[in-house]
Amino acid sequence: MPQEPLLSVSNLSVSFRSESGLVRAVRGVSYDVRPGELLGIVGESGSGKSVSSLAIMNLLPGHAQVSGSARLNGQELIGRSDEELSAIRGKQIAMVFQDPLSALTPVYTVGEQIAEAVLVHEQVSKAAAKDRAVQLLELVGIPNATQRASAFPHEFSGGMRQRVMIAMAIANAPALIIADEPTTALDVTIQAQILDVLQTARKVTGAAIVLITHDLGVIAGVADRVAVMYAGTIVETGTVDELFYTPRMPYTLGLLGSIPRADAGARQPLTPIEGTPPSMVALPSGCPFRPRCPMRQDVCAEREPELLPIEGDGGPDARSVRLQPDPPGGPEGPQLQAGATNDQRPTTNDHRASCHFRDDIERRGLTSRDIFVAPAPTELARVLGARETRPTMLAVRDLVKAYPLMKGAVLRRKVGEVRAVDGVSFDIREGETLGLVGESGCGKTTTIMEILNLEKPLSGSIQVLGKDTASMTRADRFAIRRDLQVVFQDPMASLDPRLPIGDILAEPLRAHGVPDAQVSRRIRELLQLVGLQPEHVNRYPQAFSGGQRQRVGIARALALEPKVLVLDEPVSALDVSVRAGVINLLERLRAQLGLSYLFVAHDLAVVRHIADRIAVMYLGRIIETGTVDEVFDAPAHPYTQALLSAIPLPDPRKERQRVRIVLKGDLPSPANPPSGCRFRTRCQTFGALTEAQRQTCINEPPALAPRTGSADHLDACHWATVETVL
Amino acid sequence: MANTASTVPGAAGPEEASSRLQLVWRRFLRQRLALFGLAIVVLLFAVAYLSPYISLWQYTQLDFNAFLEPPGGSHWFGTTQNGFDVFALTMRGMQKSLVIGLLGALMATALAATIGAFAGYFGGVVNTALLTVIDLLMVLPAFLIIAILSPSFRGHTWLIFVVLLAAFQWMVTARIVRGMTLSLREREFVQAARFMGVPGWRIIFRHILPNMASLLIIDATINVSSLILAEVGLSFFGFGVQPPDVSLGTLIGDYAGAALTFPWEFYFPAGLLVVLVLAINLVGDGLRDAFDPNTQGRA
Repeated sequence: MPQEPLLSVSNLSVSFRSESGLVRAVRGVSYDVRPGELLGIVGESGSGKSVSSLAIMNLLPGHAQVSGSARLNGQELIGRSDEELSAIRGKQIAMVFQDPLSALTPVYTVGEQIAEAVLVHEQVSKAAAKDRAVQLLELVGIPNATQRASAFPHEFSGGMRQRVMIAMAIANAPALIIADEPTTALDVTIQAQILDVLQTARKVTGAAIVLITHDLGVIAGVADRVAVMYAGTIVETGTVDELFYTPRMPYTLGLLGSIPRADAGARQPLTPIEGTPPSMVALPSGCPFRPRCPMRQDVCAEREPELLPIEGDGGPDARSVRLQPDPPGGPEGPQLQAGATNDQRPTTNDHRASCHFRDDIERRGLTSRDIFVAPAPTELARVLGARETRPTMLAVRDLVKAYPLMKGAVLRRKVGEVRAVDGVSFDIREGETLGLVGESGCGKTTTIMEILNLEKPLSGSIQVLGKDTASMTRADRFAIRRDLQVVFQDPMASLDPRLPIGDILAEPLRAHGVPDAQVSRRIRELLQLVGLQPEHVNRYPQAFSGGQRQRVGIARALALEPKVLVLDEPVSALDVSVRAGVINLLERLRAQLGLSYLFVAHDLAVVRHIADRIAVMYLGRIIETGTVDEVFDAPAHPYTQALLSAIPLPDPRKERQRVRIVLKGDLPSPANPPSGCRFRTRCQTFGALTEAQRQTCINEPPALAPRTGSADHLDACHWATVETVL
Repeated sequence: MANTASTVPGAAGPEEASSRLQLVWRRFLRQRLALFGLAIVVLLFAVAYLSPYISLWQYTQLDFNAFLEPPGGSHWFGTTQNGFDVFALTMRGMQKSLVIGLLGALMATALAATIGAFAGYFGGVVNTALLTVIDLLMVLPAFLIIAILSPSFRGHTWLIFVVLLAAFQWMVTARIVRGMTLSLREREFVQAARFMGVPGWRIIFRHILPNMASLLIIDATINVSSLILAEVGLSFFGFGVQPPDVSLGTLIGDYAGAALTFPWEFYFPAGLLVVLVLAINLVGDGLRDAFDPNTQGRA
């Protein structure tokens, strides 16, 4: 059914002047959004996905040069004055931003802010606007909406604030909502809630949604069509199924091949994309993806491929329909065809890719593994025996860390304490990776900081290589630091910006008295080990991309040949396409050097990929632990089940079939945790229990015990039952 | 290892790792303006200390044939009403002021950096003790203390005077440094160093202070001029540099009243002070850029 597009963007370009030259942030982007449709725009940081949508809203700073056209219901948006657009913004197009804290004004109540959004565009009384605000808050699932409407933004959690933002966006029933990374700052269970709310909002208002994200998993579940952006332009677009099952642009193929999947059983090989996204100041000639593309030929350097349909796409049925030839791809190719598709063609013809070899890929049915090279598994340095026979590298027993809550400015007194970590136990054997997962605020960072400090804990014990931290002397601690090293999350913050990387790598060596002659040789070895060029020793961290910096961070941690490496979210700050390279590096190093990892992460898919064992934390306690396969395939604790079901899978068909367990509310305050089982306030099975069973949950904190499967698979739920959710 | 074209074309060999100081120095040498400033400072030092050998007059000599002569003849900068040669006086004054300014500023900033960073990094007892010292020194009237102490070292070297001036100049900066240290201490690269077993004092000098280099350099350049001027006040009341010895400060103080009538008495010492401070600012800017890898001209 032919339908006029709601929003039609054509040849949109945005550039900024900068000291280093003209930054061409968006280069000729064209796409259509049909009424009620959800279009996902995927891209890495700097791909121009946010800038292009800000340009449509005319929200870019004054020095941005915008050209091209964006028509909403046939009405041109580009080049309009701010006043004219103000009548459209909020009324016909609404926006949901990434950071809900800074998007709300802290000095007004949320009710007033939503009411304002209504009042600006509609002639209604203040009281009516206020009632409307309460209705909207109810709609987006804020409990006690009447009371909460008079609360201030800081009284809301991140997820709740994002709901308020969505309520504000739908206040005037807009035809189009642009959501720019709406779930990126949120935890996975909260992300599931917000995606749910967005879908509700779409159903209620009938609005089309443009969902901008870097996460292919998020897109797979909710989008109708997807556009992939790279280097300021759309490189592939199509329906969600076409894009995920038959991607025809090497970049999309690479992206799909490089993301670990939570539902992949055996360790699937990841195919990293070499290199880094190009600088928008100095783009390579021809195809911008060429330097990273394994399929590149001479023609790729000569001219940039246009976004053209794929020959023979969509199976035999589509082929018969497609007897009429495609319009020739002139310079106006993409727009011409955008018009042509709306005539009578089936939507399958929408699948376009900008690659000279798209038809080639189509004919040969190439997959990411055919194009990109997955590294061969590294031989283990040593054959490891059964887990029980291996020595314990790190053992934590009943660890407790509490922060005092103080009151009063002059006479400070303790009014309570926050038990950030409350009785955590685990151990890591030689050559093993333990994934410690949980949402923010669950105590995982506190746990590793306690381990790394090597001090006597408040309660419980920490043993590193068999030595108890409680009885260590200063010299012992210094000596043990050789064997216990850390890689931090943010590769920019963890490298001193004022030190050249040679000095950064030399630091641990010199601190431990390695003679100068060996230091420079070791630095060279380390750089090669992590896949960097030894000639780069004199560069500062700024000269490197995020992935390369993280490699420097890993090289520094390895400098003293440690036995245990603590990895604090080592890939979560990296772009999707470089993540796989770092994950593969970590796997290779572990095998090559016989390391043991404590891998802290909130991304369960990465943990499934890299870890042998997993421990799930909730509010300072471990609630389930076991081997990765046991926990992922047969989760026993309701929280683990909810967590796993909230992970978006990069698989549209599977996503559509999945039933998502959406948890109620937010993490309770660790200062005042619920009695008995700490999860009971959000537990999805609690409601189905009998009254007697509920009393047990309320009164008795469940102990970690094997309840469902092997003796090795422990959970902390009184009424644990296995439920497969992936 | 053939691909070394992109690395530093330096004397250290194509792929030898340079230490940070070498790199900073190399980056400093690449800045024209900073080198120009450095050249001026060196030139001022040279002229000041070589002037007894090139000038036709000494600063103690009186020319009874030339009172209040404008520049010209054998008196390049003219003469005062007593017949002193202004060039000789200015040069002698500059010898003193260069040392007071540069040495004093370095000492004050170094003291501020060290004490502020130690207080901030170690916290606890160290913090309380150092903060007490800082607060005490802040409330003590510096001028009075120096006035009381100065008779006891009169006749000894005047360098003690530099130390005293510096000792009352660092407290405010130390508090700022302490504040910045408190936030830098929590940064991941500092924690990473700690978890490597690097001792605290070394973390301070390797990570914390270089990351506030801009502040310290600006502080030091401001200190140069403020110390030179602080010395004026003390000398005016009879402490510090005493006649017949002079400093730029005493000269400016003495002849400020003549700025409109006999401008050469005032403008030569004052002009040289401005040139000196400007040159030091240029050097400071250059050093700051050399320390900061975000600026252009990567190594």
